[in-house]
This record gives sequence, structure tokens and C-alpha cells, in this order.
Amino acid sequence: MRHVKCVVIGGGSAGLAAAIQLKKYNIDCLLLEKEDVLGGILNQCIHNGFGLTRFKEELTGPSYAERLVSEFHDLGIEFELDSTVIKLNSDKSIEYINPKGVHKIQAESIVLALGARERTRGNIMIPGDRSVGVWTAGSAQKYLNIDGYCVGKRVFILGSGDIGLIMARRMTIAKAKVVGVAEIMPYSNGLTRNLVQCLYDYDIPLYLSTTITRINGNGRVQSIELSRVDENLKPISGTEFNIEVDTVLLSVGLIPDNIITENAGIEMDPRTKGPKINQYYETSIPGIFACGNGLHIHDVVDFVSEEGDMVAKSVERYLNQLGKSDLSIPVNSDSNFIYVLPQTIDKSQAVKLKFRVKRPLKNVKLVIRTKDEIIMTLPKTQLLPAELEMITLPLPLIDKIQDEVRLEIIA
Amino acid sequence: MKHELTCIVCPRGCLIQLVKDEEHYICTGNQCKRGEVYAIQEVTEPRRMFTTTVQIVGSKLSRCPVVSSSAIRKEDIFKIRDILDGLVIHAPIQVNDIIVENILGTGIHIIASRSIKKDA
Repeated sequence: MRHVKCVVIGGGSAGLAAAIQLKKYNIDCLLLEKEDVLGGILNQCIHNGFGLTRFKEELTGPSYAERLVSEFHDLGIEFELDSTVIKLNSDKSIEYINPKGVHKIQAESIVLALGARERTRGNIMIPGDRSVGVWTAGSAQKYLNIDGYCVGKRVFILGSGDIGLIMARRMTIAKAKVVGVAEIMPYSNGLTRNLVQCLYDYDIPLYLSTTITRINGNGRVQSIELSRVDENLKPISGTEFNIEVDTVLLSVGLIPDNIITENAGIEMDPRTKGPKINQYYETSIPGIFACGNGLHIHDVVDFVSEEGDMVAKSVERYLNQLGKSDLSIPVNSDSNFIYVLPQTIDKSQAVKLKFRVKRPLKNVKLVIRTKDEIIMTLPKTQLLPAELEMITLPLPLIDKIQDEVRLEIIA
Repeated sequence: MKHELTCIVCPRGCLIQLVKDEEHYICTGNQCKRGEVYAIQEVTEPRRMFTTTVQIVGSKLSRCPVVSSSAIRKEDIFKIRDILDGLVIHAPIQVNDIIVENILGTGIHIIASRSIKKDA
């Protein structure tokens, strides 16, 4: 069986960055990509606004991807396309399949850069007819931007996350009529800049606290029934109204794609739906690391690639057996948070905590404490669920940590 | 005159207050200089970056993503869309190749946002 120092699974913005950085550490790696091109989801994200942090300029998705892919090729890193990993084993052997056959290799270390998949109609169980014309926003985006087919003429979008908003504008540019966007929450889940330039610019109405309660259509979608929802997100009877559309796009969330991770017996976090990690982005199996949207859902690609960089550093540290620490201090949070990453830390170095809050919060204080001592207080004018927050705990503060790190929000 | 607007220059989305006293704009809430430039532009002549795809032949790919070289006037969005709608380009294309020069006489170019190889 072939033996490889490091296998990177996934050739998107996280995996490419990780492989590039590994090569710079002089670590030979093999990158496996399931699609027939490198670059991942960026290839279909033709809008601009990517790369401000990493490349100090605004790029479109394809040009951001091309930067990474060119650097990857310039470094002569080995990769295989059309290669789907079908089994990841806890001994770090990997089974994958491609047009050449089924392969099994032994890795000394593994980077999981698995990306995410979209939630579908089945995931959110919209009642009604099984009509043609219900798409996830990402599939519609791929058909339009890669293949040149617009999937509908009168379109309604469910979910106001960034992909939904971007597609509202994109479908409008592609001559479809976008009649509205519904959001079940009382606030939008997308970045404010996307609300402005994707909805307000084109006078597309946004229905908050509203959801689709029925899809009608014999054959093709003909109309949808919308209902207002109460504070428990349950449809309010009597508030139903119908809109005639031929297409429904679903932008109802991304889920880290972790089937192989779970099957390998790696410990998962039900809140992120990705693996649990320590501050080195190492999963519960030593030598297996995770980054990017397969770890948790990001809103800015630059930070996806940054995680790839960080993971490469951790792989280098692991392979050279540097500074092994058995300390495992849990990172917890109060009920204001959806999640905090990493789930555990040791006390060897500064650590960047990443978190998301459950609902919009204004003029609050973020408190980081250990046992009964507060080690950091940060005033925050605004915290939004749509925006991933990052905060670095420097080494002098790390020293104060006892048996727990806890994040809290106080008024 | 007082304006309150969300900066769309980068994903940070600063909430900007813009006040005009006779000649000068006073801009607060922005975390960088680009926010001020945006805010003043937005209340005088709003502009947006524009992206779409154009048809490409000679490659296994059928669409080439394009982007405006800088922000176009908001009112020009659909005019530019219509010009690009009928366009057919030929592979190979290099990223940043000019696809349409000086579109609508604006001085702004439409450029390719990825490289596309020629396929047999």
C-alpha cells in the first residue's frame, strides 16, 4: 500500500491553501478532489468581494480560486481529480474511487477540507406537490454560472442567507423576475452589504418572520403559499397568502459534509455539525485535522483559506512531534452562542476563538472567564448570527486559565 | 442633510452616518477610508461592481465569468447586461483579458475573471 506523509481531502479554498502551505514546509502531500476541477464552490461564485484579507484586493470567486490553483500548480503538488473518498479509517488509511479504479493509501496525517452541502426541501419538509422547479440556490447558481441555464422565470427565494441574496440579484441580471425572498427569522441571515446590493437595489421585497407553507403545481411549480410565523417559528393560521411563481430557490443553510468523518468514529460537535477540534484544528483522532466549511460554516472565504494555512502548520508540528501537550481545557459558552471553536485548548500559545451568536445582540459585553475569574471583557456594539466573530486570547491571558474557558454575554 | 447607510465595500458592513454642512461631508462610523469614499459616492452617484457570464466557444466550458474593471453607475447595470447578452467569445481566455473595452463609453472595461483553455 502506498504511503503518503499527508493527504488533503478536498481541493477548494481550504484544501488548496493547506496543500500550498504544506509544500512550503517541505511536506509532500497528495490532494484528492471529487470534482473534475480544482477550486471548489468558488468557481460558481462569479460575484466579487473575495480576497480582501488574503490578497488585499477584491476578486471574484473564480479569480480567487485561480490564484490558489496557480500557486498550487507552480509548486508541483500532486493531486487527483474525480476522486471521491469513500472511507476514512481511524488508522489513517484512506479508500477512494476514481475512473482508474478503487485505491487504498496509508497517510501519516490527514487534512479534512470537505466543504459543505446545502439543506434541501427534504431537510426542511415543505409540504405540497412534488413539482418541478424547486432547487437549492447553489444548484441554480451552478446551472446559471457554469452551464448558462437559468432555472426559472418567476422566482421566489426561501432563506435570506448570503447565497439566497446573491442569487436574487443574479437571477434578476439573468432576466428572471424575483418576486420575493422569505426569511423565517425576524432578521436577515445575510451580510448587510448583500441586502443592500442584492435586494434593495432591485426592489425585491424581503418577508421577515415568513415561510413557505405549501408548494402547489401539477408538473411544474405554479404557486406557493406563504405564512407568517410566531415567535416559536410556527406558521400562524389565517395569515396565509399565495404568490404565483414557477420556481422556488432554497437558501436554507449549509451543513458541513462529514459522512466520512463520522464513519471514521471522529467525535462530532452537534452545534457546528463538524468534528470537535483542539486549538491545532486536530480532531479526536491524532494526526487528522479539519478546516474550512467542513469544520464549520464560514461567511468569508479568506478565513476558510486561513484555516487551511493554520492546519498545515499543525500538520508540520504533528509530523515533527513538536511540543506535544496533553492538556485539554474545554471551551464552553452560555446560551447566547450557537458555537465556539475550538472546543478544547492547551496553554502553549495564543489562541484564536471563533464563535457565532444565536440572535442579533446590540451594545453588549463579551466576557471571557475561567472558573470565577474574568480574563477579558470586550464591549461589542453589534453581534449578528450571520457574522462569524473572531477574538484572539494572547499568551499572558492564556496563563490565567484554570480548568475551563467560558464565553458569556452580559448586557 | 443627513444620511445613514450601510457600507457595502467589504463584508464588514460598517454603519455610516454622513452629514453635509454646506460644502463638506462629515463621515462617521466607517472603519476605513474606503467607507467614506463609498458613502459620498452613494449619495451623489451610486455605483456597483458588475458581474455576469458571457458565452464562450472552443472550450468544454460554455460560460466565461466577467467583471467590470471598476464600479459602474447603477443605472447602467441593465444596459451593460444587454450588451453582454449577445456576445460570443473564443477560447483561450486569460484572467483579466479585456472582453469589452470602454463599455458604453464609461472608460470601464469588462474583463474575464478566470482563464479558460482551448479544448480540441
